[in-house]
Amino acid sequence: MRGGLLGALLAAGLCLPATARAADPIKFGVIAETSAIGGASIPKAAQLAADEINAAGGVNGRKIEIVVYDDHNSAADAVRAFQRAHSEDKVSAVIASYISEVVLALEPWAGRLKMPMITPGAASDDITKRVHNDYDHLKYVFHGYLASTQIADSVCEAGKQLLVKDMKAKTAVVMSEDAAWTLPLDNEYLKCLPQIGVKVIDHIRLSPDTTDFTPIFNKIEGEKPDVIVTGISHVGVQPTVQWQQQQVPIPMFGVSSQATSSTFWKDTNGAANGVVFQMASAPDVAVSPKTIPFAKKYTAKYGVTPAYSGYTAYDDVYMFADAIKRAGSTDADKIVAEMEKTDYVGTLGRIVFLGRDSQFTHGMKVAPGYITGLMEQWQDGKQVTVWPSSAGTAKLAFPKFVKLGQ
Amino acid sequence: MLGLQILIDGFAISSLYALGAIGFTLMFGVSGVLNLSHGAIMVVAAVVAWLFAGSYGAGPYGGALVGVLAGVVTAFATYLLVVRPIQTSRSIPGEEKEIFVLTGTLLWGIMLQEAVAYLFTNNPKTVRPLLPGVVNLLGVRTPTNEIVTAAISWAAIGLLWLLVNRTRTGKTLLAASINPRGLTLLGFELSRIYILVWAIYGVLAGLAGVLLGAFLGVSSDNAGTLTASAFSIVVLGGLGSVSGSLVAAYVVGYLETLTAYLISPSIRTVPVLLLLVVVVYLRPQGLLGRR
Repeated sequence: MRGGLLGALLAAGLCLPATARAADPIKFGVIAETSAIGGASIPKAAQLAADEINAAGGVNGRKIEIVVYDDHNSAADAVRAFQRAHSEDKVSAVIASYISEVVLALEPWAGRLKMPMITPGAASDDITKRVHNDYDHLKYVFHGYLASTQIADSVCEAGKQLLVKDMKAKTAVVMSEDAAWTLPLDNEYLKCLPQIGVKVIDHIRLSPDTTDFTPIFNKIEGEKPDVIVTGISHVGVQPTVQWQQQQVPIPMFGVSSQATSSTFWKDTNGAANGVVFQMASAPDVAVSPKTIPFAKKYTAKYGVTPAYSGYTAYDDVYMFADAIKRAGSTDADKIVAEMEKTDYVGTLGRIVFLGRDSQFTHGMKVAPGYITGLMEQWQDGKQVTVWPSSAGTAKLAFPKFVKLGQ
Repeated sequence: MLGLQILIDGFAISSLYALGAIGFTLMFGVSGVLNLSHGAIMVVAAVVAWLFAGSYGAGPYGGALVGVLAGVVTAFATYLLVVRPIQTSRSIPGEEKEIFVLTGTLLWGIMLQEAVAYLFTNNPKTVRPLLPGVVNLLGVRTPTNEIVTAAISWAAIGLLWLLVNRTRTGKTLLAASINPRGLTLLGFELSRIYILVWAIYGVLAGLAGVLLGAFLGVSSDNAGTLTASAFSIVVLGGLGSVSGSLVAAYVVGYLETLTAYLISPSIRTVPVLLLLVVVVYLRPQGLLGRR
């Protein structure tokens, strides 16, 4: 009898902390530069996803909690935040940054601390290449956005219709900012543009600290290309405004990450009119049934449309939550094993991660039926989709000062 | 053609530099304050102008006006919250006050910069140009706004010159820069002169910020660079020398423009910094400095 009582007490004692643990929230760390357009969307979208999951009962009876760290666009700050997320805040997974330099600095830490991590916005090919080359150590890292090479390919694919047929472009100048993500981007631009029939007559890599772009536009104009193919993310407002104020007669086409949020129109006072830019999902296109509802919800809550990294961060929270649900545990190795089995329709399309054999290990599969790119254009205060024609809601339209190829 | 382009662009940017630096040097000349929150005050003015012109429908002129006003308000806040308490403090020894003012304004500038980044992101903002469009200057397509920038800068500098040299109030400013103690013996109140100089400084810094915002765009991240550029111009011209600052502004503006056009935009500021090192070695009092 006494033994039974003791046993019951012991069992109760053992159970108590166990039940308390089960009710503890599952924490996700979000590391991003919250004062930049691309960074600000990440914690906001992640919080939106967490709120939805919690409203629907959470994961295995536990709530999701988002812990936000501002890295001020500094790799050192990001690494400190990552260590803190692991050792003090005890998060189960990390969603980190849209800056390749920052993500590349965090990558070895994800391996060392065995912390599942995904980036919703960085693009460097090296992120997944490293996972491919050192899988056992770095398998905790996933790439939640297109790699630079894939982005360039998507721009060229759209270019077949938009650049060659619609804009009659035969020559281009590639203008990119000097950063880790544009190295593979530019390499691919230089390869794929000639393949679609657009000759690259110059390749300019500008310093991200540039404030006066007049000399650069001046040089480009002297070379008389039909189009400027862009690779810009750290810069955006200043080149766009100066392009418009100086009435540079050459259209800008390509990647312009800041242009992906509606904040861009305000920051440039509408100088963005006519800028064509690549995106994986947009507020006006039903890339998947989840895209438009998410964009609407986000805009209603925060007053601006999400930047490209917002869509992905929202999907990332759901994918981690699903992986934890399937694994029935927050054990890092189990989460990774389940993440690898991900087949999830998110705001971006159908997301499947590539395996160990691919050069983009843990990168997303980019193909029709999975994830494809879109081309968007700013037209009179609105982002409209101009490619592909299946999703395209509008035709290209440029301000008067832009002269298209003849 | 390229020569003319460099001439025009260099002139516009140099005029703006002159306007930005002249308030900085006036402040040092009259009240001995090196205000390291200078760039942040310019940023606040530009962002407020952007906000009012865009989100509150004040239009480009209304926005610019509110922006300049924000410059004046921020300048007074700097004086009343940071500089004056240090100057009148009894617990800080007199000989250490300059260092305290330097540190105080530096930290205040960082606070302003972070506040702007927190509220409006660190993404650059562009102020609506007062006159949009372009004009053809001898074959060079020049934004009208660039010409407006140079004209307003020079008008402001001209008005300052008239104020200092042709009015009684202005002459007290000059006197304060030469012999403040003498001035107090004659019955002038130095604190009133300081308030006047901070007001003039606020207008100049605010105007420079708004014009820069309309010309190139301004981000909170630029605050440090803007202070550094005003500081370099003032050191190059000679601390406290207004005419020296004007000359130095043009040297810096043209050297930068030449570098950007003829060598590479990425190393735009490098030759200026090298020149600064040389001047500090060979002529530490600056180009037109007295001391």
